Amino acid sequence: MNAGAILIAVLVAATLAVTLGVALGWAAARIEPNADSLVERIDALLPQTQCGQCRYPGCRPYAAAIASSAAEIDRCPPGGEATVRALAELLDRALRPLDPEFGVPKPAQVAWIDEARCIGCARCLPACPVDAIVGTSRQMHTVITRQCTGCELCLPPCPVDCIELRPAPAVSRRYSQPRAA
Amino acid sequence: MAARPTFPAGLALDAHKQQACGTPIVELPLPPQVVLALDQGTGYSAEPVVTVGEAVAAGTLVAHAGHPYASAVHASLAGIVVAIETREAAVPSGRSVCIVIDGNASNRIDDSVRPVADLAALSPDELVQRLRDAGIAGLGGAGFPTATKLAYARNLGAHTLVLNGAECEPWICCDDALMRSAADDVVLGALILRRAASAERCVIAIEDDKPAAIAAVTSAIERLRDEALTLAVVPAVYPQGAERQLITAVVGVEVPAGGLPADAGVVCQNVATAAAVAHWATRGEPMLSRVVTVTGSGVEHPGNVRAPIGAPLAALIAASGGYRDTPLRLIAGGSMTGRALPSDEVGLTKSMNCIFVATRDDIGSRLEAVEVPCIRCGDCAGVCPAGLLPQQLLRAAHADAHDTLRQLGLSDCIDCGLCDYVCPSQILLADRFRDARRRLQEAAAMAQKAADARERHGLRKRRQQEAATAEQQTFESVRDRARRPDDDSAGDSN
Repeated sequence: MNAGAILIAVLVAATLAVTLGVALGWAAARIEPNADSLVERIDALLPQTQCGQCRYPGCRPYAAAIASSAAEIDRCPPGGEATVRALAELLDRALRPLDPEFGVPKPAQVAWIDEARCIGCARCLPACPVDAIVGTSRQMHTVITRQCTGCELCLPPCPVDCIELRPAPAVSRRYSQPRAA
Repeated sequence: MAARPTFPAGLALDAHKQQACGTPIVELPLPPQVVLALDQGTGYSAEPVVTVGEAVAAGTLVAHAGHPYASAVHASLAGIVVAIETREAAVPSGRSVCIVIDGNASNRIDDSVRPVADLAALSPDELVQRLRDAGIAGLGGAGFPTATKLAYARNLGAHTLVLNGAECEPWICCDDALMRSAADDVVLGALILRRAASAERCVIAIEDDKPAAIAAVTSAIERLRDEALTLAVVPAVYPQGAERQLITAVVGVEVPAGGLPADAGVVCQNVATAAAVAHWATRGEPMLSRVVTVTGSGVEHPGNVRAPIGAPLAALIAASGGYRDTPLRLIAGGSMTGRALPSDEVGLTKSMNCIFVATRDDIGSRLEAVEVPCIRCGDCAGVCPAGLLPQQLLRAAHADAHDTLRQLGLSDCIDCGLCDYVCPSQILLADRFRDARRRLQEAAAMAQKAADARERHGLRKRRQQEAATAEQQTFESVRDRARRPDDDSAGDSN
């Protein structure tokens, strides 16, 4: 084997390494990952209660914070463990328990207004993140159960504490009663 | 005998029908009280239109069907409404609002009950509406409102009405008994249903282990001489009477996954439903009674009983000679797809075709079954009439892998129970699949709710932004106007 052949091989390899390195470096700097699509995909995994327990004003802002690594994936009690698992899988991050500082998971719930006690102050209306409360000044208010996410944001503004949270109605009409015989 | 065409897979089971099938249908004497469940088996309830204390006659409408999946309920007994309350009921959820009627001896019949005089003049649409008002629901076991099914069939242009007299489930023989004793009613009802569905032809399908029913229906068809009406004899293979499997056997087409029989141009009705339609046409009677098989080793004289809807099951069992031996379970339906009943105090529903009083002799082997791990024998895939892979489905159900479950076609499972029947490891596959289907449905509902919440939150944010922008603009225009007079006066002075 002669030295010339070895030299050519080394040169070819070195040229390739330098060219590809420069190309990749340029790509990393100039072609940004599509941040919006990542936010969308994270947002799709969040439960959309818009409750703000993660201390962001809604699910999408939290998704944006996760995408930009500003927030951890353990801040969503309504989504529970299932959401943390789905996020960890999507983002290839380490699975971790929910941070209790942001609340603990509860069974699905919906708000219910005791219409006899409601004074029609209309303060809960702007608090609802999904416009699920119907009412107007000096008229009785009521919650559209089907659209209520159970976020609890209507509780603090109510001056007469006439809103309470009740277990959400069953979403499925199927029953898995075991076979009899 | 030449092999008859049928659906793939399935299994011939021990029929256990001889117990109840030997004797004629017994008429149950009117019970002192009826308990009418407003959910007649579909999970959707009718809304009461009577109040406690109101007097009703036999045939009076007591609950109106608001939802297309609910069926109207009529008083099956003349008397007084004594309660409208949630009670244990013979429905999948185990509970339903019930209207309780105490009978009086008047036996008064509601004025609305009179023969349909203008039957021939009714258009198919009017016919469907009249059947809805009469509370006619599928008597084959699902209790699905007949009118709703017919309306789907008309919308999608179904050409064939298949009348299901297969009755493949072990122990049950109420349709067999009805066809033998009232074949003319079945055939008359078939013609009315065919017109209501605007179908070109009607095929009555009966399993080949019911020669007496076949003979009775054949002669009824001959008497009527309608070319659109034919008889198809199908092999006695379980689950021949399942809607999709029967359509494949009789019409030779497969109902698409996730689709309705009407998508394949077929609408399926039970023979007993057809007989009820004939009852309605000739006497004007809404659905007030049905024939139900009372069978099992735990009942003295197994047989078929015609009983008012809402009659307490205890009365039906008493009419069959009462209990004997040690009944272990009271089951609504047969040994394959039956559901355990909470007690014999619940009322008969339109969807209950069999009361199976099971003893250890009947179901002991299943009760003592001990589940062991899957040995991958593949027997379950061999018998699955829907062509699914129960082994793979079971793994996916354990892992709660929703996408895999969907890909494997879980929604096409017809819950026939053959997979657990053949499983040598005694795995309760069908139970797991039913549970998995519920979880899939719940997940889909949650996803839909989340999507709605996302949209509403987005709309709210946009509205708030627009309001803020509008406020800013108002402020700016007011500020500009406040400044302009100075500019104007400045201009004037120049």
